[in-house]
Amino acid sequence: MNSKVLVVTSGKGGVGKTTTTANLGTALAMMDKKVVLVDTDIGLRNLDVVMGLENRIVFDIVDVVNGNCKLKQALIKDKRFEGLCLLPAAQTKDKTSVTPHQMKNLTNELRKDFDFILVDCPAGIEQGFKNAIAGADSAIVVATPEVSSVRDADRIVGLLEAAGLTDSRLIINRIRPKMVKRGDMMDISDIIDILSIDLVGVVPEDECIVISTNRGEPAVLGNTSRAGEAYRKIARRIMGEEVPMYSLDESSNIMTRFKRMLKLAR
Amino acid sequence: MLDFFTRLFGKESVGSKDVARERLRLVLIHDRSMISPELIKALKEDLIEVIQQYMDIDVESLLVNFENEDNSVALIANIPVKSLKRVVNV
Repeated sequence: MNSKVLVVTSGKGGVGKTTTTANLGTALAMMDKKVVLVDTDIGLRNLDVVMGLENRIVFDIVDVVNGNCKLKQALIKDKRFEGLCLLPAAQTKDKTSVTPHQMKNLTNELRKDFDFILVDCPAGIEQGFKNAIAGADSAIVVATPEVSSVRDADRIVGLLEAAGLTDSRLIINRIRPKMVKRGDMMDISDIIDILSIDLVGVVPEDECIVISTNRGEPAVLGNTSRAGEAYRKIARRIMGEEVPMYSLDESSNIMTRFKRMLKLAR
Repeated sequence: MLDFFTRLFGKESVGSKDVARERLRLVLIHDRSMISPELIKALKEDLIEVIQQYMDIDVESLLVNFENEDNSVALIANIPVKSLKRVVNV
């Protein structure tokens, strides 16, 4: 199988790695792809709750690499999509319980059964990061339009390049069009100029993300979330489709929508 | 209050994004300039090799360093010259 291992990383915590992993994975599964989400944040697992699969965990990634169970036994099948699985992180161990070599073997094993292996990387640049990138073909770097996040993303891009991952792509997350318009938030172009990596998508700040996380249902499942829509577009770009980039005018302000309708009418 | 008046009279204050961008630019120059000692050593050896083709230099007291100035980074090399080789113009 011609599968892809993508690591979702950011350096800084709290910028949306887990949300991104859950939504992109679900969106790819919606496109009938076989997808496995791998949570490598050992000790602080969260991808299970974001996916709403926390009650079904029996074995975890550490059990798999230690040979306590078979890989298939640890994979949790998502009920919503046939081809979607989660390999949860261990909660009671620490990040040194897995080595980069073991991660590489694990992702190679997963390649046999899945089209996409999405690896949710922990924050930081230590062992957990090194594990997460070990088996990856390329990286998706998540950054928010803040000085701290972009700075850390720059560091991550450098470390990824040093590790041979040279075709990283950027997701700008939680952008607020209104703040950008009044000059109080860095714009998409500002961030691309600084990081000089390819942009794969822009996700607007959206309350729906909090609600969907509360429920354990990724935002891409609904039709009302702008962030969900942005993630679906990113999934299509990952599949190689040409999809127009999000522009700030897309923000669903009633007036702009109305204006757009008028333009169409003319 | 002041903010309200400046807005009222159309005096646009500079958005904070320009501040963010400028601060980020400077901090990244610094971050990116943190080059490993091994790299400096390799650079030093290459420099010596090249320069020795043209002049006799004091290898022992050669210094290569990065220096941060206000908004730029400079590569400073201090290379004492012992003697110049005769250059034959072709």
